[in-house]
Amino acid sequence: MSSQQQPAAPVKLITAFGSPFAHRVEVALTLKGVPYELVVEDLANKSELLLAHNPVHQSVPVLLHSGRAVCESLVIVEYVDEAFHQATAPRILPADPYHRATARFWADFIANKCLRPMWLSMWAEGEAQARFARETKESLGVLDAQLEGKRFFGGDALGFVDLAACTLARWLGVLEEVAGVRLMADGEYPALRRWAKEYVSDEVVRRSLPDRDELAAFFAANKERYRSRVREAVQQQ
Amino acid sequence: MASPPPPVKLLGTFASLPVHRAEAALRIKGVPYELILEDLKNKSELLLTHNPVHKKVPVLLHGDRAVCESLVILEYIDEAFDGPPLLPADPYDRATARFWAHFIDTKCSRPIWLSVWAEGDRQREALREVKQNLALLEAQLEGKRFFGGDSIGYLDLAACGLAHWIGVIAESGGVSLDTLMSDAEFPNLRRWAAEYVSDEAVRLCLPDRDRLLAYHMANVDKNKERAKSM
Repeated sequence: MSSQQQPAAPVKLITAFGSPFAHRVEVALTLKGVPYELVVEDLANKSELLLAHNPVHQSVPVLLHSGRAVCESLVIVEYVDEAFHQATAPRILPADPYHRATARFWADFIANKCLRPMWLSMWAEGEAQARFARETKESLGVLDAQLEGKRFFGGDALGFVDLAACTLARWLGVLEEVAGVRLMADGEYPALRRWAKEYVSDEVVRRSLPDRDELAAFFAANKERYRSRVREAVQQQ
Repeated sequence: MASPPPPVKLLGTFASLPVHRAEAALRIKGVPYELILEDLKNKSELLLTHNPVHKKVPVLLHGDRAVCESLVILEYIDEAFDGPPLLPADPYDRATARFWAHFIDTKCSRPIWLSVWAEGDRQREALREVKQNLALLEAQLEGKRFFGGDSIGYLDLAACGLAHWIGVIAESGGVSLDTLMSDAEFPNLRRWAAEYVSDEAVRLCLPDRDRLLAYHMANVDKNKERAKSM
């Protein structure tokens, strides 16, 4: 990469092991050719840096650029797309306003109708668990149909919606094993399966994808904590 | 001769906050549109065809395009049409606006609802959370007329619930707005709210307060039930 294409200010990304949200941002930065430094958090012992720069949510990822902090992974992805836009770098969101709206719509759908119930379906119990699993499967079906023969949600190249859906490509399979909850049975959602394989084998994605076994060990070590947190959240309802 | 611009239609309903966001954005941008009112108990083919995933309003129809989800619609309106900008130009300011809009959409409605309709400890806890959230937004308004600066923008539209709906919901539950968002604790927000509802473009598409109050009061029992299952 020529020095003319280096951004003026260094970029730091506050992350934590296993975070699919931070992964989205890493891929975005790499796609745009932005060098960055990772600051890895221990979320059980949050640093002053993290608390100072994300006081509202106290979560990762947080992007630090030119002394300013950007929070919320998809907000950061859009920021990276806009702030580091160059003719030579790929677009993460398409150029056309209608295609951008469509991408944002699907990212919102994935977050609210898929990822949220998916997480809950892994750790909840009884009737609530069944309900979350049903909702997730319905959404997986919708996404499977959306892919309709496309290589990525973004078309021929990886884009915003693929990053929004990244959890389904690597994390879902690991969670299914650790939690013992199968959402994608054999033969189900063929387009989504094929997309997941393409996603995890993508050259740029691979650089910041957590190792499957390490991720499994991480989730296994934390599963009781997830179960009790989800039990609490479901009880509050 | 150039063909006329594709027609713009907005599918909406009376009391809907997300519909107002979209309508106000069209008015601020200066885009002529037709409002089509839906009966949500008897959804039209038009709605079901153009928002098959959620079957909700608002839906923006622009020629043969359909855009759903109010914040997505706001960004589309800003990008697809000429007119005063809704989002700031600077990427960091845009990220900030999107961050707070996301905060409002995910963190604000539930505690507000519970602070009016829940009971005992649950209600007290919710009220505490409401004030915490409002304090953050209060700080964002410091030294500014609107979240968007001198004129109404994306974040003001995202926050419109705090300008109009919060007072109505509170009143419908026999709670004073001052309990949730007092002038003394939140002077910026109260001043902003008054400015927002009296804005020329906003006024024309804000649901009439008395009618909105009647709408919420007609659903008191449903509201209490909803709070129980939240």
